[in-house]
Amino acid sequence: MANKIPRVPVREQAPAVRATNFEEVCYGYNVEEAQLEASRCLNCKNPRCMNACPVNINIPKFISEILSGDFKAAANTISEDSLLPSVCGRVCPQETQCEGSCILGVKGESVSIGKLERFVGDWTLENGDFGSAEGIVKNGKKIAVVGSGPAGLACAADLAKLGYEVTIFEALHKAGGVLAYGIPEFRLPKSKILDNELKKVKALGVKIETDVIIGRTSTIDSLMNDEGFSAVFVASGAGLPKFMGIEGENLNGVVSANEYLTRVNLMKAFSSEYDTPILVGEKTVVVGGGNVAMDAVRTAKRLGSDAYIVYRRGEEELPARKEEVHHAKEEGINFEMLTNPIEILSDDKGWVKAVRCIRQELGEPDESGRRSPQPIPGSEFEIECDSVIMALGTSPNPLIANTTNGLEKNRRGCLVADETLATTRKGVFAGGDTVSGAATVILAMGAGRRAAKSIDEYCKSL
Amino acid sequence: MNNFQIKERKDLAPSIVLMDVYSPRLANVALPGQFLIVVADEKGERVPLTICDYNREEGIVTIVIQAIGASTKKICGFKEGDCFRDVVGPLGNPSELVEKTDEELSSMNIMFIAGGLGAAPVYPQVRYLAERGIKAHVIIGAKTKGLVIMEKEFRKLTPNVHIATDDGSYGFHGLVTDLLKSLVAEGNKFDLVVAIGPMIMMKFAALTTKALGIRTIVSLNSLMVDGTGMCGACRVSVGGKTRFACVEGPEFDGHEVDFDQALRRGGMYRTLEQRCNEEHDHKCNIGGTGNGK
Repeated sequence: MANKIPRVPVREQAPAVRATNFEEVCYGYNVEEAQLEASRCLNCKNPRCMNACPVNINIPKFISEILSGDFKAAANTISEDSLLPSVCGRVCPQETQCEGSCILGVKGESVSIGKLERFVGDWTLENGDFGSAEGIVKNGKKIAVVGSGPAGLACAADLAKLGYEVTIFEALHKAGGVLAYGIPEFRLPKSKILDNELKKVKALGVKIETDVIIGRTSTIDSLMNDEGFSAVFVASGAGLPKFMGIEGENLNGVVSANEYLTRVNLMKAFSSEYDTPILVGEKTVVVGGGNVAMDAVRTAKRLGSDAYIVYRRGEEELPARKEEVHHAKEEGINFEMLTNPIEILSDDKGWVKAVRCIRQELGEPDESGRRSPQPIPGSEFEIECDSVIMALGTSPNPLIANTTNGLEKNRRGCLVADETLATTRKGVFAGGDTVSGAATVILAMGAGRRAAKSIDEYCKSL
Repeated sequence: MNNFQIKERKDLAPSIVLMDVYSPRLANVALPGQFLIVVADEKGERVPLTICDYNREEGIVTIVIQAIGASTKKICGFKEGDCFRDVVGPLGNPSELVEKTDEELSSMNIMFIAGGLGAAPVYPQVRYLAERGIKAHVIIGAKTKGLVIMEKEFRKLTPNVHIATDDGSYGFHGLVTDLLKSLVAEGNKFDLVVAIGPMIMMKFAALTTKALGIRTIVSLNSLMVDGTGMCGACRVSVGGKTRFACVEGPEFDGHEVDFDQALRRGGMYRTLEQRCNEEHDHKCNIGGTGNGK
């Protein structure tokens, strides 16, 4: 019976309106909508959604708790496995995880698990339930966490609950890592969601010290030898932008997506009240097809630019979440698929005037299983534009590996860690993007929680 | 004392201000050649500034700022006792001089060329050498006498201080490059030149030393946001390769830097208004711009 109800649509800002502002696109479910959607869940005996969740949230349980109106219980169920439901409910690629394996999705539409998770997360924040350090018995041991992104926050929160005195060191002047500098306001509101999630972590007694760059302001060696930290968790993310290495990439008007998004998200350059400038082109070309590319192109659109995605593979291969691609299209973003830039052309003053591209076709699948694009000879053409944003992925910052004795990294620059997330240096653990390379919030959060367990075991063995 | 509080503030010249800022973690590890980032207030930009001096015991770092754009003017407007929202660093790699042994250093005759505000980042390097008994040469260049900064401080470190002013109001009448050439013509032999100042000065200093066959280090004050390698705004072509000034610099081989590209990129965020201001200042009173926007 339950599956006869169609998936409850979520209310959103109208595309034409939201393409001119930075307010959140999606309004989320209200109580009635959430409970109606929750009623669609079949409560499977063998819940495939739970297995497909990177942190194995007990999805049928929290959904049935929504249905019975016990939102507090639903929040507790999620919190057993996830620290950031408001965030993950918004940014997880549900279509390839929980929702992608929902049995309802085989013949119809899956349960809207992400929106339900978000509902529970937001309900908790709106009801001011930020938790407290009450009842936590301190064990007197100090742990340092490097980076205040999802991995760092999750690890810090878990360790604080276990009685550790945790300090997070953040290189930037605001906490949140990629949640603060990377993901735009229109997908993840900073004051409503991120600041409250940070409040929850601080309520557990976690100290966040901003403006401390481990590898410069201090080092892991110094934290362990001089400042009395028993263990360190490195969750410094993958913050180094990649460039293509093509001619013209250093022209004025070419920026990395990291720079563009940091100016807008962290420094609030979209508001004239803030001092940080941003270059807004009349026509912006964003190179790449991931979530960061979608964030950058939609940001450019909101700042008033005509905005294009140029991606070397086809639409099917776009690594971005389906929802982001869908939203981008609704907002009037142009997509040039199977197209690869080969050169950026300059005007007589050294500013971008066009991107020279070549059309591509998909060839045989490569080792990653994806069909690799091949350039079509003679298909070169130019896209006129005055702004180019490179969104080609990121790699871990080498600063920590380069300044810590005995910390190994692999060929891709990622820190080497075993299954317990222990690195090659005793007492130093690492997880999230700095180990995996750029991935998702939920995987980073899961890694943070696993590291907390390992660090606890390590400290007990000392 | 609060973190990032201004302990002392001094006007060095019109629009040029020196500040001692309490930042103990930073002061504890800063080395010559490195820089820091100041965020003045909640709405402020992240402004990179070179570290001019540091006092580990008192937890103080010294910065010198020239009021040019909106953000540097805001920073210069802070008074003694005020606190910046943030001071982050030290950033970048220390000067290569720090890597050398005292023996290696004393066998070298080193010339520093400090243009305008560039005197500030040159100072800790000359002090580092003076502490090892090495008397380096320093050329302080400015448009006019009133804009020569830190001369007294330099003279305490070395007897070899030379002044050049564009208008001849003090010291040598002419550009720093002309003074360098004349010192070499007088028979001075330099093994290394360290040139820090406005990009255009560094460009011509490097061209001059290339002709003279003297190895030259420059310190690039590129645009940047985070200063930790995240944004890539500071990328610069060195020897045909793209490098990030924030994490791979700020010092590079002056003979390898593509200065024309660096000059062009430096102007990327300059508004028309700022350009007008600078042209105006250029004509009437401001000397070199060592850093900031």
